[in-house]
Amino acid sequence: MSLWEYANPVKFLRLSERVLPWLWGLAVLCLAGGLIWGFFGTPDDYRQGSTVKIIYIHVPAALMAINGWFMMLVASLVWLIRRHHVSALAAKAAAPVGVTMTLIALITGAVWGQPMWGTWWAWDPRLTSFLILFLFYLGYMALWSAIEDPDTAADLTSVLCLVGSVFAVLSRYAVNFWNQGLHQGASLSLDAEKNVADVFYHPLLLSIAGFVLLFLALVLYRTGTEIRVRRTRALRARQGSGAGQGAGAPQEGSA
Amino acid sequence: MKALLVRDLRLALRAGGGFGLGLAFFLIVVVLVPFSVGPQPELLGRIAAGVLWLAALLACLLSLDRILALDFEDGTLDVLATAPLPLEAALSVKALAHWLTTGVPLVVAAPVLAVLLNLPVAGYGGLVLSLALGTPALSVIGTFGAALTVGIKRGGLLLSLLVLPLYVPTLIFGAEAARRSAEGLDATTPMLMLAGISAGVLALMPFASAAVLRVNLR
Repeated sequence: MSLWEYANPVKFLRLSERVLPWLWGLAVLCLAGGLIWGFFGTPDDYRQGSTVKIIYIHVPAALMAINGWFMMLVASLVWLIRRHHVSALAAKAAAPVGVTMTLIALITGAVWGQPMWGTWWAWDPRLTSFLILFLFYLGYMALWSAIEDPDTAADLTSVLCLVGSVFAVLSRYAVNFWNQGLHQGASLSLDAEKNVADVFYHPLLLSIAGFVLLFLALVLYRTGTEIRVRRTRALRARQGSGAGQGAGAPQEGSA
Repeated sequence: MKALLVRDLRLALRAGGGFGLGLAFFLIVVVLVPFSVGPQPELLGRIAAGVLWLAALLACLLSLDRILALDFEDGTLDVLATAPLPLEAALSVKALAHWLTTGVPLVVAAPVLAVLLNLPVAGYGGLVLSLALGTPALSVIGTFGAALTVGIKRGGLLLSLLVLPLYVPTLIFGAEAARRSAEGLDATTPMLMLAGISAGVLALMPFASAAVLRVNLR
């Protein structure tokens, strides 16, 4: 029993159908728990007032924006090395979710920045690199939609994802060099001594868990949809070309 | 390789090759800047380095689809792909030809246009050096973009959407180096970073370009 068994679309679909209800349920529970606890159960910050509560959306969304790209990178590598179609489709399915997370992080950040820094937008390294990440997501999705042949599209977008990752990291350090920041440093690290206070930390963790589960559920669901779309197209092509062998069960590899 | 380089240069220089278009574009962008921000000399002097870098980058972008598109249409690329010369080398040569026909003229023209924008005298050396170090990276990254979109009809807009984010680090370090030397500061660090980026993409990018071009020729 190895992980690669789920590279088979049928097995993958069967697994995701079994797992998805749990994922959705847990995601909703964690999100509701984290957000309600965060909004009503924690005190206002003594300097930031109630705006501190944006943290429960802003931080998890930002985390998932980066991890979403990272997941696409891993999926692209798997596709390039082992040629599993499910992997390529998972990368494709993750991109719109990731770009939404990036947008949420940017918008909540602007809403938070207005009262705190007195500005909606500053050319701060973190903000700027998120904007660049957003552009990378857009380019990636645009390339997917521009190419007809699915395998060619998967190959090209995978290489773009690899190259883009290198340049995204490069840009991250380049903008650090280019401008000093307003944004605070990391304050959730496991090994750091000074972190966010515990009152905010625990609901935040719950909310992060909710976002992770939601991301996973969305990606699994969308990947399943992509597989089915592929399969219908294959079936229709077979019927279109007329003739005999098309009547049987849809072949798994044909996706 | 030499034959390929000579062929590409010759094609670019002949009529219809689009040589000089990039240069004209560079000139026009620079001329338009004072119209949009106002003619105050001190303001122009402050933004000159950045504007020149941005204009050079856009001029470079303009000619990217010419690197491969014509060769793709008439089948030259298929010949190149089956030739004994590795595709990586062929693409490096094409990037070099692009740099010689686009990047070098931009580097040469930049000081002249810098006069129009009232760049401080101290900045000329830094500007030319930073452009000379940075434009090869622009050509090589652009070749990757061109290889990525070569099979797509009307891929020009998509090409810019894909390539411009990849240009960010080069632009940051290049413009920073030019700005620092214009203000009389020490520009060694950004200059070294810029050279590092150019060297890095020169070494690695042809592999990515060749990989996607093989997919597109399949």
